Amino acid sequence: MLLFRLKRTIELGAKSLWMHRLRSSLTILGVVFGVCSVIAMLAIGEGASRQAQEDIAKLGSRNIIIETVKPPEQQKDSGNVEKVRNYGLTYDDADSIRNTLKSAEVTVPVRIISQESRYNSRKVAVNVLGTVPWYEDVSSIKIIDGRFLSAIDLKHQLAVCVVDEQVARKLFTFDDPIGLDVKIQGYYYRVVGITSQSVDSGMTDVFSDSEAVSGSNGGVIGNIYVPITTAKCRFSEFSFQMSGNSRNAERVELQKIIIKVGSNEEVLPTRDVLDSLLSRLHKKQDYHIVIPLELLRQAAQTRRRYSIILGSIAAISLLVGGIGIMNIMLATVSERTREIGIRRAIGARKWDIIIQFLSETLMLTLIGGIFGIALGTLIPFLVTYFGDMPTVITPVSLILAFGISVGIGIIFGLYPACRAANMDPIKSLRHE
Amino acid sequence: MSVVNTKKLCKAYQLGSFNLSVLCDIDLEIEQGQYVAIMGPSGSGKSTLLNLLGCLDKPSSGKYFLDGKDVSSLDDNELSLIRGKRIGFIFQSYNLINQLNVIENIELPMYYQGISESESAARAAELAEMVGLADRVGHRPFELSGGQQQRVAIARAIANDPVIILADEPTGNLDSASGADILSILDDLHQQGKTLIVVTHDVAIASRTQKVIHLLDGRIEREIHNGA
Repeated sequence: MLLFRLKRTIELGAKSLWMHRLRSSLTILGVVFGVCSVIAMLAIGEGASRQAQEDIAKLGSRNIIIETVKPPEQQKDSGNVEKVRNYGLTYDDADSIRNTLKSAEVTVPVRIISQESRYNSRKVAVNVLGTVPWYEDVSSIKIIDGRFLSAIDLKHQLAVCVVDEQVARKLFTFDDPIGLDVKIQGYYYRVVGITSQSVDSGMTDVFSDSEAVSGSNGGVIGNIYVPITTAKCRFSEFSFQMSGNSRNAERVELQKIIIKVGSNEEVLPTRDVLDSLLSRLHKKQDYHIVIPLELLRQAAQTRRRYSIILGSIAAISLLVGGIGIMNIMLATVSERTREIGIRRAIGARKWDIIIQFLSETLMLTLIGGIFGIALGTLIPFLVTYFGDMPTVITPVSLILAFGISVGIGIIFGLYPACRAANMDPIKSLRHE
Repeated sequence: MSVVNTKKLCKAYQLGSFNLSVLCDIDLEIEQGQYVAIMGPSGSGKSTLLNLLGCLDKPSSGKYFLDGKDVSSLDDNELSLIRGKRIGFIFQSYNLINQLNVIENIELPMYYQGISESESAARAAELAEMVGLADRVGHRPFELSGGQQQRVAIARAIANDPVIILADEPTGNLDSASGADILSILDDLHQQGKTLIVVTHDVAIASRTQKVIHLLDGRIEREIHNGA
């Protein structure tokens, strides 16, 4: 019985809507764009933030990264003096962190030298990373082939290296790099492993404006990892710069120290301890602490803000669609005053009239919602395809948009429906 | 037993401080199966009386018993149900619903009474046949002539087998031939024992009825019993 009435109500409603096809479809269009923009905006917002979060997450949420930065220049004298500026993190820093900081599970010193590497006639610019075997623990790189640096490599300062995918592809092209030798600054290093592409060195630069690393970052295509002990004795810690008449020399021991703590909760307290420890050792501000976890939290916050802004823009368009519906339904009600009078005269209760008009409005919004979802899922694909922007459609946004459109149907349909139901049957029957 | 029974039925409208009395002290008794005409000049309160009898309006004072039940104090919901179940309306301008076809228009009162689809469809087909529109069931009102539309309206009025049928100038918009058709259908309904109340200006229609009630200035001027 109830089902029969429902079916009948839908049939009658569909008939009335079909009678005014143009009007109905224009009304639906308002909802379609509303729903579609909610979904598309949320998808674009979500995609942008997820990308940023993934990048940050690769730095490791339990990591603390200390980077060398060039301290502000002291304009003491401007003669043609040859001097050496010492700054940055040192091996001693790494040792004292390892010895004093209890919460640091892993301490990884990193030296970065931008160099040209050669194999046969090919040469590519790379970052040579002098580091330790447990660098793996703090990085997101994975071994694809062979092995990473070992404790023996480190102890005996062996001339071995691990190259990343990109370098392997560019430098060796068709050869299997393992067992072959790469020539860097006159020395040969035997390739013992290949790792996946890593974002670490590039990413931290973005956040720290470090100049120490990116001196000649221009053509660098990837990383080559060598034991830090090997790097220490084969690569000079000095770098020379010519500026006007003066010749400046700089000496930097380590570009980075990466620390990994036991849990996310320990990150911030450790940072504070670390800061007080380093500030005692370094009078100049020549280091910078980057905390991926904090960046992650900031990104999450940015993302929330982003979603709220985009969501509210979209919600406004839904609201506009809803007002459009109400407008049309009010016009429809007054146009069909006589019909309402007839229905009332032959036995329709107020409730029947409310149901009738509400179901018509709901039908409009449901159809609009379905088309809106279809279009709203299509647009992010197009944005990704043509705009090269990542987009993520979350099921929540679909449910949200659909729910809102139905809600709008009820809210904006209720008033016209009640108005229809409360009309005086006698007056409506006389209405022309 | 009287189907319609009113006791001092009054209808007044409050216009500012002025109390406009449209109907006053109507005592009316209409028996089961009677064919009654209500006549009177315009402004005499015919339509108001018809609205009251049709439960579209509530009296300001007085009592109205329809089929033995006091309906003067029912709420909107109950009145709607009574209109659907016990009263059939026939209007001067047919008042069919344009987006529905003949069958659906006839079915509508049954739909609001919650009668099942199969049952109401069968009954509607039967009624369409009775008013001579069996070959027109799929047509919409605007595809029909005035006389045909009014026949659909009659079929709709009797769909729920009401105790009274109220007709407001049923032939007012029709040419004489179609009007005669409609009147003969009303006669048939009377023969079948239906109670009919017709508001009309037409003396010829009034002469077909058993009782003519003349209204003047909101009061019953006189009641004339025809023939019997």
